[in-house]
Amino acid sequence: MRFVARVEVRLRPGIADPEGATIERALPALGFDDVHGVRAGRAFRFEVEAADAAAAEARVEELAHRLLANPVIEDSEWRVVPG
Amino acid sequence: MAGGARVTAARVGVVVFPGTNCEHDAVSALTSLGGQAELVWHTAERLEGFDAVVLPGGFAHGDYLRPGAIARFAPVMGAVSRFAAAGGPVVGICNGFQVLTEAGLLPGALQKNAALRFLCAPAALRVTSSRSVLTAGVPVGTELMVPINHFSGSYVCDAATLEELRAEDRIVLRYVENPNGSVDDIAAVANAAGNVVGLMPHPERAVSELLGSADGAVLLRALLASAAGERAA
Repeated sequence: MRFVARVEVRLRPGIADPEGATIERALPALGFDDVHGVRAGRAFRFEVEAADAAAAEARVEELAHRLLANPVIEDSEWRVVPG
Repeated sequence: MAGGARVTAARVGVVVFPGTNCEHDAVSALTSLGGQAELVWHTAERLEGFDAVVLPGGFAHGDYLRPGAIARFAPVMGAVSRFAAAGGPVVGICNGFQVLTEAGLLPGALQKNAALRFLCAPAALRVTSSRSVLTAGVPVGTELMVPINHFSGSYVCDAATLEELRAEDRIVLRYVENPNGSVDDIAAVANAAGNVVGLMPHPERAVSELLGSADGAVLLRALLASAAGERAA
């Protein structure tokens, strides 16, 4: 079966995020005074062939931990849906 | 050594990934200091015959995903790990430092500079440990002027790791004035044994007064001496 995975990688809480902070500082000038806590990250989308959803999820988790995120500074979250 | 034994130059392997761009500077600097240096392509699976390994600066695999994230899976990195585990001197400069942290050979990670600006400037450094292959014999407190050239040079690690680095005397160099937001002004760290060192500044670019500073030679000479010791051992 084919599954579509979306993985989001973000800096862990407590790790300085100069990109997110810079974006947040620019927001009031655009009228977004109500937006706070901006954290920058990146997102990946890919397809996985697996026997079932649990197997696909396990592969995505492994990939997120081994390559997409650096566990020293980043956390990852993922969603796997049938493609 | 008695009996007219020939002293042979330390042989240093300089690892080249696609996108590495400081390899020739490294070879030239090491050679000018009496070493013997050779380029090693990232597909190499063996490092036999080398007395030390240098991972030079650049943008290995375009720095895609994160600096060093792809390079760490190169065949040569298995050989670098084995070389390091056997006690061989391994030094990662700039991008090479990033590769060593991604590979887990050094703790912590290199984050984007605090000001989100690419930094290219001479940096004053202070030697804070002589217990590494890059600073063996260099007195603690020695100040060196060595250029930095990076966008992701802000060293980060968790509090427990920082405590361990301090307690084990593994912070090798600190910036006199922190240019990039590195925790505890860290410019270079070593592994527990002191034979693997990563540093963001570029000693290979400071080996002649004509280049503005010859202070980098202090570090590279220490590395060559460590490598020669490795050969004798």
